[in-house]
Amino acid sequence: MSTDLNDTHRPWLDPKQEPFIKIRGVTKRFGDFTAVDNVDLDIYKSELFCLLGGSGCGKSTLLRMLAGFETPTAGNIFIDGEAVANIPAYARPVNMMFQSYALFPHMTVEKNIAYGLKRDGLPKKEITRRVAEMIELVELGDFRQRKPNQLSGGQRQRVALARALVKQPKVLLLDEPLAALDKRLREHTQYELMNIQDQLGVTFIVVTHDQEEAMTLSTRIAVMDQGRFIQTGTPTEIYESPDSRFVANFIGSANIFQGHVITSTADHVVVRSAQDDTLQFTVRHSAELAQNTKVWVAVRPEKIRMLKDAPTTPGPNQLAGSVHDIGYLGRLSNYKIKLDNGKMIDVTHPNQTRPTSGRHLVDWDERVYLHWDSASAIVLTH
Amino acid sequence: MKPSTVPASTPSLRQSSGRYLQTKWKGLIIAVPYLWLVLFFLIPFFIVIKISLAESIIASPPFSSLLNWTEDGALQLSLLFDNYAYLWEDELYYKTYLNSIKVAFICTLICLFIGYPMAYGIVRATPTQRNILLILVILPFWTSFLLRVYAWMGILADQGTLNNLLIWFGLIDEPIRMLYTPFAVYLGIIYSYLPFMILPLYANIEKLDMNLLEAAAALGAKPLITFLTVTLPMTLPGIIAGSLLVFIPATGEYVIPDLLGGGNSFMIGKLLYSEFNNNHDWPVAAAVAVALLILLVLPMMLYQNVQARQVGVKT
Repeated sequence: MSTDLNDTHRPWLDPKQEPFIKIRGVTKRFGDFTAVDNVDLDIYKSELFCLLGGSGCGKSTLLRMLAGFETPTAGNIFIDGEAVANIPAYARPVNMMFQSYALFPHMTVEKNIAYGLKRDGLPKKEITRRVAEMIELVELGDFRQRKPNQLSGGQRQRVALARALVKQPKVLLLDEPLAALDKRLREHTQYELMNIQDQLGVTFIVVTHDQEEAMTLSTRIAVMDQGRFIQTGTPTEIYESPDSRFVANFIGSANIFQGHVITSTADHVVVRSAQDDTLQFTVRHSAELAQNTKVWVAVRPEKIRMLKDAPTTPGPNQLAGSVHDIGYLGRLSNYKIKLDNGKMIDVTHPNQTRPTSGRHLVDWDERVYLHWDSASAIVLTH
Repeated sequence: MKPSTVPASTPSLRQSSGRYLQTKWKGLIIAVPYLWLVLFFLIPFFIVIKISLAESIIASPPFSSLLNWTEDGALQLSLLFDNYAYLWEDELYYKTYLNSIKVAFICTLICLFIGYPMAYGIVRATPTQRNILLILVILPFWTSFLLRVYAWMGILADQGTLNNLLIWFGLIDEPIRMLYTPFAVYLGIIYSYLPFMILPLYANIEKLDMNLLEAAAALGAKPLITFLTVTLPMTLPGIIAGSLLVFIPATGEYVIPDLLGGGNSFMIGKLLYSEFNNNHDWPVAAAVAVALLILLVLPMMLYQNVQARQVGVKT
């Protein structure tokens, strides 16, 4: 995946680009329960798009509707211009990789991968060639004659990927592709998945509940809750500019202060804390907000600077408190700081120096002073 | 922190201590049923073999003893294989064997064709429906087997329920002869043994991962192809188990051919009965029983062997 900011990599910014997949007004109800609630979404060719949400948010149901395992109660889905709502799963130009991988236990690796090609009635030579290519791509050469239960989790995952990709589908749906792998393997596989996607240019739609996975993998993320999209955007947009408290809390963690707008200018907003009158925040914000609007100021734990000495000049975005708890994670530490007004906030600091004689940068109950730049926090209106 | 999945292979402490207890009690727990089988199955079976090797005499019991003291005080063992040779020489026996196998085979096949869709339907039903359907399958066991076969006599008789109904509907003018025909035997066996087909099939199909069927569909397999390439091979153990459970008892079935087939059906169970009770030829009857057992056990052992090898490959 390229980090190039060129617009060929961001087709969603180009109004002339035709979306490859169009989801239009799709609703899915199971009895009284609405799993997916009237959603619209555009996904462009060669995107690696993540549907992110907690369990029961409707992300899997949406994926299953794309695959053809569920029919929308209302609305339609267009893949490459074709309405697919009434096309059965076996006739769609879509393949799916299941969370459980769903490898055929009675078939060898080779036969699993060849399964889809055989259904297309391709000549034997062609099947053999393409299966061999795929086996090479996922580096399973030594395992071609093994049955799935003779493989490790990571190998199974690669067989499932190869089996889904060998038919060169227009779209590959991946249901929690990495959830069954352990952490180290998951990180490795993440990059592998991205490389393969980049090589083949297939559009990937990934369902995941793991926000880290979504952040590293995707070109764009749609955060889902209760059958609706809460926010759609690039990983950076979602993380740095969440537009609701839900997203701010769901993706990473955030310290949230409730307050009211005192003044609002073109480039910044001043907010007075609702909990503590003496506390004021200045946030750089482009939108105009009326005075007295109820807002929330959100600031990420890693964007807060922590000092042992009191600031020489008082200013906005300054807080003081004492260290309540320290979570040492090795490369970084999480601090829980109890503010003077009683509120608990999270601060994350990288451990840039080795602690000498076992002492941390700050200690339990030590008094600390917190501060952040006005550009580091954001104002949320809901 | 995000919740992470616990690897399934890590046994918890409680599980491993449970396993320790298991090994301690395992021997004893297994010994009880084995003792039962030895006492009430293996020993009687050897007695039957013993009788099959004896000579029929008019006495009580009506067979000769294998071990005799000769006049010079030596122990003499006389084994008579004539009874087995007789089974081979007399057309009646092997034709009856073949007929039994034919009847059992056709019944097994029909049970499979009826039972498979039923088992599949039960698996696919909602949980409440599934329980009701399963109870309905098991319900006939609450009534005696004999009683149910007698009920069929009432249904199939010339003046029976079925004929009366058909006449009442005006479909036929004269009663159709159903009781004491091969049809009645087939019907009786299929009816009686169908649950034995459905239950193992149900247990097997229930374990089938529905994701596999979706995976096949996603890869372009139409429903019929999915069935043939995934469902059928995956449920083969259930098919084999169910078929054996129907085929084996059906081959030796005595009550159904006797009550529903009358004099027109020649199945080995009936032959055995008449050899034993009417002819009073215990040795031949015993030979018939042993031959039947060998006929049924050999293919089963073969199957077990194949299955064991498959399991061996898997692990």
